[in-house]
Amino acid sequence: MRVYDLPDAKGHFGPYGGVFVSETLISALEDLKEAYARFKDDPAFLAEFAYELKHYVGRPSPVYHARRWSEHFGGAQVYLKREDLNHTGAHKINNVIGQALLARHLGKPRVIAETGAGQHGVATATIAARYGMECVVYMGSEDVKRQAQNVYRMKLLGATVVPVESGSKTLKDALNEAMRDWVTNVENTFYIIGTVAGPHPYPMMVRDFQSVIGKEAREQMPEMTGRQPDAVLACVGGGSNAIGIFHPYINDESVRLIGVEAAGHGLETGQHSATLCAGRAGVLHGNRTYLLQDDNGQIIETHSISAGLDYPGVGPEHAWLKDSGRAEYVAVTDDEALEAFHKLCRLEGIIPALESSHALAYAAKIAPRMRKDQILLVNLSGRGDKDMHTVAEKSGIKF
Amino acid sequence: MSRIAATFSRLKQQGRKALIPFFTAGDPDPASCVPLMHALVAGGADIIELGVPFSDPMADGPVIQRSSERALKHGVSLRDVIGWVAEFRKTDSDTPVVLMGYANPVESMGFDVFAAAAKTAGADGVVVVDYPPEEAERLVDTLDAAGLDTVFLLSPTTTDARLKQVAALGRGYLYYVSLKGVTGAATIDVDDVARRLSHIRSFTALPVGVGFGIRDGDTARRIADVSDAVVIGSRLVQEIEAAPAEAAARARSFLSGIRSAMDGGTAA
Repeated sequence: MRVYDLPDAKGHFGPYGGVFVSETLISALEDLKEAYARFKDDPAFLAEFAYELKHYVGRPSPVYHARRWSEHFGGAQVYLKREDLNHTGAHKINNVIGQALLARHLGKPRVIAETGAGQHGVATATIAARYGMECVVYMGSEDVKRQAQNVYRMKLLGATVVPVESGSKTLKDALNEAMRDWVTNVENTFYIIGTVAGPHPYPMMVRDFQSVIGKEAREQMPEMTGRQPDAVLACVGGGSNAIGIFHPYINDESVRLIGVEAAGHGLETGQHSATLCAGRAGVLHGNRTYLLQDDNGQIIETHSISAGLDYPGVGPEHAWLKDSGRAEYVAVTDDEALEAFHKLCRLEGIIPALESSHALAYAAKIAPRMRKDQILLVNLSGRGDKDMHTVAEKSGIKF
Repeated sequence: MSRIAATFSRLKQQGRKALIPFFTAGDPDPASCVPLMHALVAGGADIIELGVPFSDPMADGPVIQRSSERALKHGVSLRDVIGWVAEFRKTDSDTPVVLMGYANPVESMGFDVFAAAAKTAGADGVVVVDYPPEEAERLVDTLDAAGLDTVFLLSPTTTDARLKQVAALGRGYLYYVSLKGVTGAATIDVDDVARRLSHIRSFTALPVGVGFGIRDGDTARRIADVSDAVVIGSRLVQEIEAAPAEAAARARSFLSGIRSAMDGGTAA
């Protein structure tokens, strides 16, 4: 069996990844790389991380057999990895705890973050409160308007939310602004990136912290079903929940890995966020990866009903997994994701996040064509409480 | 000898330092670009850094971000910018032009196509802000082959090991970014710059320009005393932003104030 050990020392996953930043950021990234190398195998650090995941987050998250939903398909058995049960309601917190612990060890009293829908911002504000750190969250001014409730949550937790007015006023611009803050305040500030993007070592570090999802699943699936699943599915925006569950399975080639992107109104309309399905390689936010861009190399605006998938780039490791053929990437539309959302509510009593609903929707496409003894594992990366407003609006209901 | 090397050599003989203005091509509008370039030369520019607009200018502060957004509203592309260099060259065959921007538009065009087009148009050098030397070897090889200089940035936190790397890969001149942070930020510490430049010079014979945080004639003169070139970006772009209809006249007048301060006249 081949052993997968990317990235290389310079942060490359084949032609992707790397460090594409201005000279002014290099030393901060070198320091971070050195610090992470020091702590990532340190038993005391890992014990601290494990303690927080168990007692603060509530890990391990269960794996749940969605029996009624599976019966409805009459095909494969679908299991759900319940990241929606984590404290703060999604997988985001796993990574935030890891990075906040690093910040503490490095003596940085201030943390900053970018956020789109607000989930990563809320997770960062939560941990900053828990550790007594100053917290500043950058959020596109368009997103601030759309996600008023999450903005309020962050403020309740003591964070400062800075609306970003540049560019398209969304997640990618919030990331630009957080980088600008970091380069200016690097002495006292740790930048907690929320996904497996950004310059090396972020894609590797965030993956390592999120891979607790897949490590648990590899133990839980044989206990529940006697074996590993036939396929693992996860939604892909930046790709952190997907890498988290995929990574421990990469060397196990009997397991199909399927990443599900947001096709928005449909790939043919151009209004989508399906970077791997419809983009091409380029450089953004410090790494080389697939991007949604125009013919002149300008980044274009994206669309998805799910704000957490609404990003024109994708983690470089996914770009590599796509090119190498180890993982498959597909896309489902807003409407397909909504249908899966409602089905899971009614058949299983679980309200999934709209992001996760994309992975569920693809499971719903392939399960009926599979045998009853086959197994799908879907990463249910977050819960849908935050999406009530969006879903109600789609159904013509105003609160 | 390249136009950039010839310029530094001529200035050295004259005992003067280079003045390098930066502005974003296509700001305030596409028709302004070539007249602005000529106005800057008339105002005393020795080299022009011509910004290529990008949708995500991560290393720039608000002033240059806005200039990039204005240019992109007009749909300005890297091909347009290269076209304006060719237009400028029709009447100015002496002033070096350095294209400055981000990696993605260049990668999108392709290194070979870009290098050939830029050279044919009469460009002299290229700064790709988000290509540190670790990621730039293939670009440098391509630009070398086309006869274009790859200009690299240095920062206050660049280590000696990386200084060596940059000195080996850099062509034309090096651009010392005098502040931590983004373009247009805070003020500059001249004594600190002087110390850093003498250290940098122990690694390279290339001219060293200084930018970020130079906002007036007095600072420009003091930086010129310790460096080979003064780069002015955000402050110039503010002039263009303040009066887009008179951009060329305002830019020329602003730059000539800096020029006379640098050459020992009264501070602007």
